[in-house]
Parts: sequence; C-alpha cells; structure tokens
Amino acid sequence: MAEAALPRSRAASRDVVAGATAATGARVVAQGLGRRFQTPHGPVDALRDVSVTVEPGTFCVIVGPSGCGKSTLLRLVAALDRPTSGALTISRPDGRQPTNAMVFQGRSVFPWLTLRQNVAYGLKLRGVPRRERGDRADALLAMVGLKGFARAYPHQISEGMRQRVAIARALAVDPDLLLMDEPFGALDEQTRYLLQEELLRIWDRTGKTVLFVTHSIDEALILADRIVVMAAQPGTVREVIDVPFSRPRTLTGVRSDPVFTSLFGDIWGMIREEVTRSRAAQEAELPR
Amino acid sequence: MRPRRAAEITLTIAAPLLLLAIWELLSRGGVLNPIFWPRPSSLIDTFWRMVTKEGLMTDIRISLLRIIGGFLLGAVPAVVLGLAMGLFWPVRVFFMPLASAIYAIPKIAVLPLVIIAFGIGEASKLVIVAVSIFFLVALNTMSGVLEIDPTYRDAARNLGASRWELFYSVALPGALPQIFTGLRLGLGFALIVIVGAEFLAAKRGIGYQIWEDYQTLRIKQMFVGLVVTAMMGWGLTMLLTGLERLAMPWRRSA
Repeated sequence: MAEAALPRSRAASRDVVAGATAATGARVVAQGLGRRFQTPHGPVDALRDVSVTVEPGTFCVIVGPSGCGKSTLLRLVAALDRPTSGALTISRPDGRQPTNAMVFQGRSVFPWLTLRQNVAYGLKLRGVPRRERGDRADALLAMVGLKGFARAYPHQISEGMRQRVAIARALAVDPDLLLMDEPFGALDEQTRYLLQEELLRIWDRTGKTVLFVTHSIDEALILADRIVVMAAQPGTVREVIDVPFSRPRTLTGVRSDPVFTSLFGDIWGMIREEVTRSRAAQEAELPR
Repeated sequence: MRPRRAAEITLTIAAPLLLLAIWELLSRGGVLNPIFWPRPSSLIDTFWRMVTKEGLMTDIRISLLRIIGGFLLGAVPAVVLGLAMGLFWPVRVFFMPLASAIYAIPKIAVLPLVIIAFGIGEASKLVIVAVSIFFLVALNTMSGVLEIDPTYRDAARNLGASRWELFYSVALPGALPQIFTGLRLGLGFALIVIVGAEFLAAKRGIGYQIWEDYQTLRIKQMFVGLVVTAMMGWGLTMLLTGLERLAMPWRRSA
C-alpha cells in the first residue's frame, strides 16, 4: 500500500515534502456511490448515488449541511468504511497503487507519543529506519512551524498546534491523496486563518490531490479548485462549482475579489435551502 | 506554592503521629490495658528483637515475593485478555459472563479450591494472589480500551496499522491509565488475600506471624506485624506509582 509512495520520496530526499515535484496525485472517481446504514428505525441512506470525479492534483472541497454524509464519503475514500452500492476507483496516472492519508476532525494525534513519534508513526509502520524517519519527522515539524517541539507531548501544546501535527503526520507518508475531515473546525478564527494559509502554501509545493470536508463556505472558496455542494438526507451531490481564483492565493486576495461574494451567495443559497428542507423533514418525523 | 507544599507535608505526617501520641498517653495513663494495648514506644524494642532474633525480615521477604510473584502471574495475562476483550467484540462477549461471575466471589473463598489444585506450597500462594487480581485487571483494561476515542484507531488504521500494531501501539498505551487503576485496586486485594491465606495455610510469612503471635498472646509482636503489613502496602503502592510514572511519560508535567 505504502511501498509505492516511498521510493519516490527517498529519491527526492533533499525536500521532505517533495515527493512533491514528481507527485501528480491520485484520481478519485465515484460512480453511483451509496452507503446505507441499518438502524433500529430501518435503513438510512447516508449517501445515495454520489458521482464525483476529482482530477489528479486538484484541491476539492466538499461542503454541505451537517448530516449530508460528507464525512461518510471521506471514510469511504479512505477505505475506513465500505460502500453498499456503486463504485469507487482511486488510481494514479502511472498505474501504481495510490496511497491516502487522513487528517481527522478533533483529537487524533496520539497523546502517548511525542510530536516526533506521532509524525513518524506511519513511517515506522512502513519499516523506515529510525534515523531516517526521525529526520523526516523533524523536517515536517519544521515545515508546519513546530521546530523545537519534537520531544513535546500533545497535551503540552495548543489545539491549533496539534492539528498541525496531524497534518504533518499525514504528509509524512507522502500520500497521493490527502483527506481532510473538517481539520480546522474546532479552532478559533485566527488560528484557522493561519492554518488555511499554511495549507495553501504546503499544497502549492506538493501538488497532491486533496479532498477536504468543511461546513464553512468561506473556507471552501479560499482553498478549493472545485467545490462539491452536497444535499442532505440522503446525502447526494447537489452541484459542482469550479473556483476561478488564481494561485498562489492569499486570504485577503480571495476575499476582496467580487467573484468571491457572488459565489458565496450562490453556495449559501443552496445550503440554506438544504438546511431548511432537512429541518422540515426532521420535524415531520417527530410526532410519530 | 511553596508554603502550601510545606503545609501539605506537615498535615500528612500529623495524622499518624497524633494517633500514636494519643495511644501512648492513654496507655501510660492506665486508661488502656497495656497487656492488650502496648505502648507504641515499646513496640520499637519488640520490632528490633523480631528483626535480629526472630527472622521478621524473612517473613517480610516471603510475603513480598508471594505478592509480587502472584501479581505478575495474574496481571500480565489479565492485561492481554483485557486488551483483546476491548478490541474484539466476540472475545468480549465470550468472556464477559465468566468474568462478571468470578469477579464477584470473595477470593479468599476460593483458597480451599486453589489448595486442592496446587497443594499447600508456594504455588498455591502465587495462584491465589493471581486469581484475586486477574479479572479486576482484565475488566479495567477492557473498559480502558473501550474508552479510547475511536478516532485514534481510525488514524492508526488509515496509516496502515495491522491488528497486532493496533494492539500494542493504540490499545495498550491508550488503556494504560485504566490498567494502572486496576493494578492499584488489585494491590489492595492481593494484600488482603495473602494475609488471609497465610493465616490459614502457611508456615511463614507476615500473615502467619500475626496469627501465630495472636494465638500465643504475644500481643506486641502481633502489633508489629500489623504495622509491618501497613508499611508493606504503602511501599508497594509507592512502587506502583513509580512504575506508572515510568510507563506513562506523557502524563507527567500535565
């Protein structure tokens, strides 16, 4: 699974992230994808008939109201869960087996490992020698602004810093596909802006395919090449929007663009409709 | 911070000292019968004589070895079973009724059975200690694993962890706090059970010594035995606390 990614990054060992230069990222194709859960109240479709294509090297953001199956979709792509219908194909342009790594919502950095051990965790599983994985972990920690914290434990640092560690840990295995499930959702606004900028900077250097889930339209517009707007109950694709802003982007640059305002309005209109509709549906179910 | 710490130490030492002082005064004043309630100060002599002439240290060593040996014998497989019960539901469902039922039996009641199975030698002492802590540690370990945030498991699996790697790199460290809770509770049980077992079926050990001295009305020696038992419990608890700090460096300086 990982073997495919590793030699490439070893070759480019001068720049840790720069499996980078060679990486074009994975292509993700979902066709009629569905995930049905069996509950005591009968089957519930978390996802129904989702068809999306994410081209190699693009930054794709999924937005939608809560309960629209965004996280379920991400777990399917990460192979942490299996679809109950449809097909999901993840491939690399060169035909080799693609790898993915996920940055989770909330606490996922292991509290019992130092920051260096956390970042090196995936490398250890892949049998990278101790010295080499320590060096790569240190370089990645430096890249996410945590130089000098290698021997600290997660409880000694802030939530924002922990999320940087989670990102570094995912990047350490040099995945073709980076999956991010509301990684900045629990952070305060300033920290979120800083990490968004950092993510843009890192992604510009790596060219990985990113699939990023958020409920923030603002975040979606700043980060994405392409936005998938989802509808809830069941989770389906409502619309796919191409985001025209040129790269490299800055937060202020994107925000001051008049297109930002109009796109924000369009997307909010859709999500608003979805929220209202799913609320009405929930209320209709209540009196039973 | 400093004055607070000093006050803490003073208060901690004050309670036992105060108790001893009251006892000493009542005994000297003739309120307590000194035959049954010997003055604490007179126990120091008795203690010294027991150490030098009556082999008290051997009794202490024997009891400590039984506790520590039985502890290892019980705790190591208990942690492994507890981790498996926490991680894999079939293992949990299979062992749960057994564990709940046996957990509720006062362990000293099992002693005759253990003696039948393992004889009256050292083996039965180790086994009774092991039995008395086994399910306590296993059940605590299991609930420790169940309380681990599932995100940690997902993160490990996503990075390619196998079942075995999940076992020792997520379940074990994640459950360590609860494992140590089980061990600390288990230590109390182990002390109760070993003293009880030595009352009933032993030729040496601190429990045997207390019971013998009681039966021959050597009350001072009996009291020394009680104090020694308390000190053993305290010492073992300190040892466990030290181990806990070593095992979980991430919990220090929290």
